[in-house]
Amino acid sequence: MSTLSLTSAFTLLLKRDLVLAYRRRAELVNPVLFFVLVTAMFPLGIGNDAKLIQAVGPGVIWVAARLAALLSLDTMFRSDFDDGTLEQFMLSAHPISVLVLAKILAHWMITGLPLFIAAPLLAMMLNVPSDAIPTLMLTLVLGTPTLSLIGSVGVALTVGLRRGGVILSLLVLPLYVPVLIFATDAVKTSIVGIPTSAQISILAAMLIGSLVLAPLATAASLRISLS
Amino acid sequence: MTSPLSDTTIFEAKDLECIRDDRVLFSGLCFTVNPGEALVLEGRNGSGKTSLLRILCGIRLPESGQLLWNGEDIFRLGPEYHEHTAYLGHKDGSKLDLTPLENLRVARGFGKAKAGITLEEALDQVGLYGFEDVPTRNMSAGQQRRLAIARLLVTDAKLWILDEPFTSLDRKGIEHMERLFEAHLQSGGMAAMTTHHRIGFKEAVKLVRINLSER
Repeated sequence: MSTLSLTSAFTLLLKRDLVLAYRRRAELVNPVLFFVLVTAMFPLGIGNDAKLIQAVGPGVIWVAARLAALLSLDTMFRSDFDDGTLEQFMLSAHPISVLVLAKILAHWMITGLPLFIAAPLLAMMLNVPSDAIPTLMLTLVLGTPTLSLIGSVGVALTVGLRRGGVILSLLVLPLYVPVLIFATDAVKTSIVGIPTSAQISILAAMLIGSLVLAPLATAASLRISLS
Repeated sequence: MTSPLSDTTIFEAKDLECIRDDRVLFSGLCFTVNPGEALVLEGRNGSGKTSLLRILCGIRLPESGQLLWNGEDIFRLGPEYHEHTAYLGHKDGSKLDLTPLENLRVARGFGKAKAGITLEEALDQVGLYGFEDVPTRNMSAGQQRRLAIARLLVTDAKLWILDEPFTSLDRKGIEHMERLFEAHLQSGGMAAMTTHHRIGFKEAVKLVRINLSER
């Protein structure tokens, strides 16, 4: 009896990527360290104007999160491409888009989740009122996976190029703008005390849309990159 | 287990053409591979052997022509075709930070797992007994190649696509791997391979030879 199980392949790949990340944990710290440092530098540069820091706080956190996400994006498929496991993975007996989703999920758990955990502390440092912090966390939990999903398409297109870094930024950054706009707007609105359900719904819609479409686009892009 | 005689699986290429950097590598290429047969590609460097193998795997699209697995186009079959194939390319396709056992476990999960062989047995068959838990990074190039060959053994793939499978193996290792490939062919498997080494299969194995530089 031979078996072919998609869920087990999904968990196998997810587990593999997490084990690999754990074995190279020095690299794991990079995005979150970048995120913390950039955010920590801002109050120093702006000066001790509490009002001003509060006004720019949500924006600073989100811009730093976005750049940290972009910084770590290239690692999503790079090592798999270099050692030939990506080829194996394209030739597996499972639909590639589902396996791609496992890789994106692993990548988000490695790079996005630490940002999410560090964010409340940084928000306090930037004088974001504690009432607005739940909204900030909500935007991050909806927004950062969207960034990983959208980014995966760009990475898949540029993984075959030797110097894909610049093209990747140009491809992906514009697509990150809507998430940034709605997320920072939600946090700013909640600081004033106005309900934010509209912005949150739009962020959720963007997450669902990219969850459905990005793996398909990424699978197709990987196929182009490898041929 | 199906016996080789009753098995009617057939792998066919019709009028394949491959163009790379505006140069025609081959065109009008036709062949048929039946169970128990091996397609052996020959030709000088740059004659398109690797490109052809990558087309056979479905990674690369041919410029024109068709590849049929049991009469169905492989590019239309997609994953359904890939469950019958295993590919060993220039790159080993193993993660250096994982152990051989972990690498094999992933390889088995990606394909259709083969019954009746444990991962340890597969490692034993390629001569890596005792290296189950050594990080792959610490193994020699030949041992890493052996691990890549072990990957072929753990899935139920019928068609093995092998690009220079003997690279960095020692002389004994090459003979040993030839016996493994032979056993696969004699149990009704198929293979498509390139090698610069003179293949020492038994007489009974039918080889379909194609020389890409003399066409």
